[in-house]
Amino acid sequence: MTILIYLVPLAVALGALGLAAFLWSLHADQYDDLDGAARRILYDDDAPLPDPKRQAD
Amino acid sequence: MNGCAHCGRLLVAPVGGAAAASFCCPGCKSAHGLIQRLGLERYYRQRCLEADGVGPRPETSLTLPDLASFVRTGSDGAARINLLVDRIQCGACVWLIEAALARLPGVVSARLAMTTRRLAVVFRPQEVTADVIAGRVSALGYPVAPFDPEALNSAAERRGGELLTCLAVAGFAAANIMLLSVAVWAGHADMSQALRDLLHWVSALIALPTVVYAGRPFFRSAITALKAGRTNMDVPISLAVILTTVMSLVETLRHAEHAYFDSAVTLLFFLLVGRYLEHRARGKARNVAERLLALGRTAVTVVKEDGRFVTLPASRLRPGMVLSVATGARIGGDGIVREGEGELDVSLITGEAAPKRVEAGARVFAGTINLGAHLRVIVTATGEDTLLADIVRMMEAAEQGRARYVALADRIARAYAPLVHLLALSTFLYWFVAAGIGAGGALMIAVAVLIITCPCALALSVPTVQILASGRLMRRGVLLKSADGLERLAAVDTVVLDKTGTLTLGRLELAAPVEERALAIAASIAATSTHPLARALARACPQARPVKAARETAGCGVEWEGPAGLVRLGRAEWCGVERGGSKPHPELWLKEPGRSPVQFCFRDRLRPDAAEAVSALRNAGYDLRLVSGDHTPAVAAMAQAAGIEMWAGEIGPDGKARMLQSLKAEGRHVLMVGDGLNDAPALAAASVSISPASAAEISQIAADAVFQGDRLMPVVETLATARRAQRLVKQNLALSLAYNLLAVPLAAAGLLTPLIAALAMSSSSILVIGNALRLDARPGTGETP
Repeated sequence: MTILIYLVPLAVALGALGLAAFLWSLHADQYDDLDGAARRILYDDDAPLPDPKRQAD
Repeated sequence: MNGCAHCGRLLVAPVGGAAAASFCCPGCKSAHGLIQRLGLERYYRQRCLEADGVGPRPETSLTLPDLASFVRTGSDGAARINLLVDRIQCGACVWLIEAALARLPGVVSARLAMTTRRLAVVFRPQEVTADVIAGRVSALGYPVAPFDPEALNSAAERRGGELLTCLAVAGFAAANIMLLSVAVWAGHADMSQALRDLLHWVSALIALPTVVYAGRPFFRSAITALKAGRTNMDVPISLAVILTTVMSLVETLRHAEHAYFDSAVTLLFFLLVGRYLEHRARGKARNVAERLLALGRTAVTVVKEDGRFVTLPASRLRPGMVLSVATGARIGGDGIVREGEGELDVSLITGEAAPKRVEAGARVFAGTINLGAHLRVIVTATGEDTLLADIVRMMEAAEQGRARYVALADRIARAYAPLVHLLALSTFLYWFVAAGIGAGGALMIAVAVLIITCPCALALSVPTVQILASGRLMRRGVLLKSADGLERLAAVDTVVLDKTGTLTLGRLELAAPVEERALAIAASIAATSTHPLARALARACPQARPVKAARETAGCGVEWEGPAGLVRLGRAEWCGVERGGSKPHPELWLKEPGRSPVQFCFRDRLRPDAAEAVSALRNAGYDLRLVSGDHTPAVAAMAQAAGIEMWAGEIGPDGKARMLQSLKAEGRHVLMVGDGLNDAPALAAASVSISPASAAEISQIAADAVFQGDRLMPVVETLATARRAQRLVKQNLALSLAYNLLAVPLAAAGLLTPLIAALAMSSSSILVIGNALRLDARPGTGETP
């Protein structure tokens, strides 16, 4: 049963990783525009503009 | 008849018809040109216009306050500005704005959030200015207003974020502790004490920080209530959570068999779900109101003593300044006309569609729009002193009265919470003193009572129904703005309707049939003008082509050199007609050489289903009234056409509010349906209010619900849904109370452990949610997919 010494913290750590990912996405405003993100994919530009930074190089 | 190639409006006076496409106004023409120049024509194929087929239309007179103060420069030299964008209808609008900005040299990135209507633009300040960016967006037909993201990030929004974070933490902790608890229960028989203690300690390690962190929303509210000498639903919740956690910790220290960290954290999780749902329901409406208020702040043009023109933000306007009001511009403050004469669109103040005539010396009010030629106005009152601000204050005062309304769930909580405490305390005292089983055991039983009486199901029963009902209404084109609006809608017994724009469409139409030849000539001349009456006349005769070389004299009419001589279309006096006294309806006259003048009367039309909706409301048992600021005969005619027996005309904004107060004093629950700014105080004074989406912005803010489209039936459906939702809420409350009545004696008798109590509590929550779902189960009438 000593394996639990590793497994329990491991399980908790994995869960905490998921929690951290969610909290990050929440604070990075990933949920601010749910409607827009769903429709944005429909209007993808066929020919994206060249990146001005790369052009300068 | 064709629609405008840009905004899709019916064409009455095409502008610049050389190309295949034709336009309703120069603004649309230049927007269309801009879109074509940028190679973004795909927009026209991809947009999905609203039901009435009207796209955004550029306003030529839109002026913006100084944008430079809203620009933030980052450390990398790139500048950033945040703008609120209005009239966004679909993904194509988002695409168009982003693509149009991306093609502007110097713009690094442009990102528009569709839900919040916020546009963030990063640009290189050396190459492009904020004014150019805002100018391009408004040239496409979308009004913009700058905003400070810090200022707009309101307390409510932060609270939403906090609730969601707490919810996530509690969910994570609940799942992990439950995992460990299942191990303890399953291995109950043959688990060594050391292992059990280890698992309990791990649970404690997760649970303690979680309770401290995720319990804050409840603890804060409980402490506030206790400080004020009151008690609310959060007091027993906080007590139950804290007691369970402390108890479990003590048990763990004593190497006992059971710890109840899982109960405490699961309880928190469920309660946070309820709280978050409730918060979401309220947040949507607040967003809309904030955006409208931000867009209302525009700039004004002031004439200096030396004759120079200066553009100032409306907030810097002072009495005594001379305002220059261009055609189509909104007047920034109350004042007196010094020069010029013309007509004003006063619909924001009075709700009437017909324009009002003003000349030198006349009083004008902030918020009205100049339809005639250039006006110079001496400002007498600004900002807080204007009539507009007065009306807003009246509305706020009335609204505070309504805030005293206590939602059903709160009323129950007020009676329920002290009872719970008393019950738990007496249980503890009984077992400790009378039965003498020791403090630990007695506390366990008391905690079980607290958990079983936990108002979890009670807390969920109202918000779940509210969310479902508002979702159902939203699919039918009704936006429910206040969370407790449903409850007040369900109690309504009297419905007061406004006339213009509510019972009627608020659009002028030709009233009486006129000789066809005269109508054709008049419509051809009218088609060259943008005046509301002229547009109504042109609509009445769609096949008329606009005449060439017509001259418009602001405030008088249009004249045209026809084959037989000078033809005039306009005011009676201008067409040589002597008319005294007041006119019952707005009118236009046509004077042709050698013929007697012809009169065109205009009237507002009833909504197509007004009579049907009125009879549906009467059959449902509502008492109906019609009030209006319009002339009494006009109101009488409309009341008769719609089938309303009780009506009153010529009632001003304060009169309407007073009338509603006296109805309320009679003990009635009044629903006010209105649209004009003059209705706003009445909307706020009523127990509950609805306004059409075409209403003045301020009325939409004051109203509890906003309905879309030309039909009045949504009002009937809203009332029906509210009644059904209220029935479900009552069933839910009854269910959770009945469940408590059943379970409390068992818990008090010490027959339930906190674990079983927690399980029973969860099942009651699921029962309540299931019952709420029945709201959508029954097929409704007239649903639009």
